[in-house]
Amino acid sequence: MPRPGFVLEVDRSTPPILFHHGEQFRLEKLPPGRSRVIYPAEPLEPLEDIEGAIRDALLNPLGDSQPLPSLLKPGMKLTIAFDDISLPLPPMKRPDVRQRVIEQVLDIAAAAGVDDVHIIAALALHRRMTESELRHALGDRIYDAFAPHGALYNHDAEDPDNLTFIGATDRGEEVEINKRAAESDLLIYVNINLVAMDGGWKSTATGLSSYRSLRHHHNVQTMQHSRSFMDQHKSELHSSNWRMGKVLRDSGVKVFQIETTLNNDVFGQDGPMSVLQKREWEWGTRDRLAFLAMKKGLDKLSPKARRQIFHSWKAPHNVTSVQAGEVEAVHERTTSHVYEQHLVPIEGQADILTMGLPYICPYNVNSIMNPILVMCLGLGYFFNLYRGQPLVREGGVVIMSHPTPWEFHPVHHPSYIDFFEQVLADTTDPKVIEDRYEKQFAEDEWYRHLYRTSYAYHGVHPFYMWYWGAHGMQHVGRTIIVGGDTRAVRRMGFMPASTLQDALEMATDVVGRDATITHVHNPPILMADVT
Amino acid sequence: MARTRLPVNGRTLAQLAAATTKTSAASVVRRVPFPYRPPTVPAGVEPKRPEPKTGGNYDTEWARSYPARLARVLLVEGLVRPAVELLAAPTIKGVDRLLDTDGPLIFAANHHSHVDTPLLLSTLPEPWRHRIIIGAAADYFFGSRLTAPVSALVIGAIPIERSRVSRKSSDDAAALIDEGWSFLIFPEGGRSPDGWGQPFRGGAAYLSLRCNVPVVPIHVEGTSRIMRKGSKVPKPAPTTITFGTPMWPTDDEDSRKFAARIEAAVGQLADETATDWWTARRRAHRNETPSLQGPGSVGAWRRTWSLGDRSPKRRRAKRAWPDLG
Repeated sequence: MPRPGFVLEVDRSTPPILFHHGEQFRLEKLPPGRSRVIYPAEPLEPLEDIEGAIRDALLNPLGDSQPLPSLLKPGMKLTIAFDDISLPLPPMKRPDVRQRVIEQVLDIAAAAGVDDVHIIAALALHRRMTESELRHALGDRIYDAFAPHGALYNHDAEDPDNLTFIGATDRGEEVEINKRAAESDLLIYVNINLVAMDGGWKSTATGLSSYRSLRHHHNVQTMQHSRSFMDQHKSELHSSNWRMGKVLRDSGVKVFQIETTLNNDVFGQDGPMSVLQKREWEWGTRDRLAFLAMKKGLDKLSPKARRQIFHSWKAPHNVTSVQAGEVEAVHERTTSHVYEQHLVPIEGQADILTMGLPYICPYNVNSIMNPILVMCLGLGYFFNLYRGQPLVREGGVVIMSHPTPWEFHPVHHPSYIDFFEQVLADTTDPKVIEDRYEKQFAEDEWYRHLYRTSYAYHGVHPFYMWYWGAHGMQHVGRTIIVGGDTRAVRRMGFMPASTLQDALEMATDVVGRDATITHVHNPPILMADVT
Repeated sequence: MARTRLPVNGRTLAQLAAATTKTSAASVVRRVPFPYRPPTVPAGVEPKRPEPKTGGNYDTEWARSYPARLARVLLVEGLVRPAVELLAAPTIKGVDRLLDTDGPLIFAANHHSHVDTPLLLSTLPEPWRHRIIIGAAADYFFGSRLTAPVSALVIGAIPIERSRVSRKSSDDAAALIDEGWSFLIFPEGGRSPDGWGQPFRGGAAYLSLRCNVPVVPIHVEGTSRIMRKGSKVPKPAPTTITFGTPMWPTDDEDSRKFAARIEAAVGQLADETATDWWTARRRAHRNETPSLQGPGSVGAWRRTWSLGDRSPKRRRAKRAWPDLG
């Protein structure tokens, strides 16, 4: 029976706490008597029969949807869309759950005599997936059957010939999605719901859309009014996507939603990395030796070698649930499963929130975690992993631990380089950035070309990353990065610190002495239910 | 001390020499008394024929002792696998279909060549690879005192009678599966004589029903180009091994019906290898999967013709003129 997450009150006998620090680790002593550590729940028990669960979900859908076999007819046009490389994190061991689901969907389609099938990576403005990444997500059987015939491909949000304008919401939000998906007799969307933000109408309305649509909810206003975007009912991001979903439904786009949840088994129950998801006081001799060997070994390696090692890690995530059918009914059930794994109740806010940022976020899979992504992971994702109210009080301090190198992947993140060099040199205010620079980057022909033909994130993507942290930036009084590149940290308007003790000392200017501290022991992922 | 003189003279020596030349080995043995020699058989009694120690009676238990298993691991990993890599350059597909499975399995593959066995031995996924027994033809692999121990040690084979009815083979195989050993069998009962498959026999299906263990269909493609039946010298050629989803017999299936379904599954894997997974699935649902056994009642030449590129006798034409670009 997996143990639930819990909150540790730090005392003098508490051992140093593990902080992720990019492709490294730090062990930090937190001040006793005024510090708390939130530990995630242990990985939930996986489904015993995953294939059976998928089949059951397809044959017994939720909401007003009919079973999948009765939705498939000979001669129909079927499109299957799936979540891209940004999910799950880290990428899961083969077979990926998307492969398992889509193989069963295709088998039912084959039995029904459906010939016209397209499979689309719903990546919105993310970079295109490479062949090896598609093979990993979908398996060789699907790739070899569809890709050579041009029936498996990445969504292109800048291809005017393959986008369809559906209509606008009652608030004037334009809905434009992939033409093939819009014109299909049935669109099946296959999700991996790693966190509560994923899935629902956001899948289709975001994953298959274009800049014309995305700008209506990927903006500063929306982000600052999403408290948080991990809580669908208080997220303006989700409200906008749900309005767009209504437009899609009313226009006749028929969606059969399949959502899956994974447990948070990121580093495994045994093996060299398992120590990273154990509670420090439970580290045995073998764990300690493994940790020391790992740390000392990583110290000897170059950053590039360390990155290669970490990005080759495939998480032993296991499937905990599969839901299929009508979008909203499915998503409601899925979200409850996500919460079951992630929610950890905690009372009250702290003056200081500390977090150790790992090597990966949704936008640097097989890539470099550049400073903008460090900000996005910390103030965007980790900060927003709450329900109720933020873990840190308004005007409090966030301390993040990450090397924050002034380094960018030239193929994946070309517009990030210019954003960092030009835009952030001018201002770090999200609203000013949005007004002054967004359109220029979004419509830049060179970035468009790289997005469409290379493996680059869209020109506007670094803006969205910055907006992702807008709620956090607005909420906290100071952000300090421990162990980061001083110039890069300052460029983003944050304060650099060499050690956690220095950072805590610097925080006293804002929150005074004897400030309370909360540390989120993440990853594995947890979501604080703050009352 | 007085010396005793032997009564030896020239005549005595001559008599002794004559007696020695007349003595045969048989006569010496006959002079050895029973029980130092085998008994003679009384007249009118049918002598008991000794049980042969080879063929289906060969006892392979020693080959599953730890020293023998260790030797086999070293042989397979150190010798067989590199040789197979050089000779067959295998592409392995469908291993992910086994990831949800544990415990013993029955692997059932089509059979074209002697290369099939080492190829599968070195490509079966762990944890089954080193805890597997192979059903090998008793009359062929265990036919002599030389081949029997080699077959038992190197490929972990157990003898399977294919030319006479015997329960011993199936009893032995079932007992080993019950002990946790997986079993590799070629249900066609022998190598393909002409490049097309042969009907699957019921052995794999019977063992699955009896031991309550799933059958994993496997399709092996390309080994007939390396060494088809009848050829002596192997020629390198690429191969593809495709593992299928483990199959359980249904409640209303006997071994004959289940064997037919296993054959169909291997046929679908063959189709998947020849085309792609999606095409194969669609054809399977339309019952249009090409048969492993090739076209039925047609002339021999048409069967060979239908093999196309898969024909083991097909050779790439040598270029008559230099390639001038």
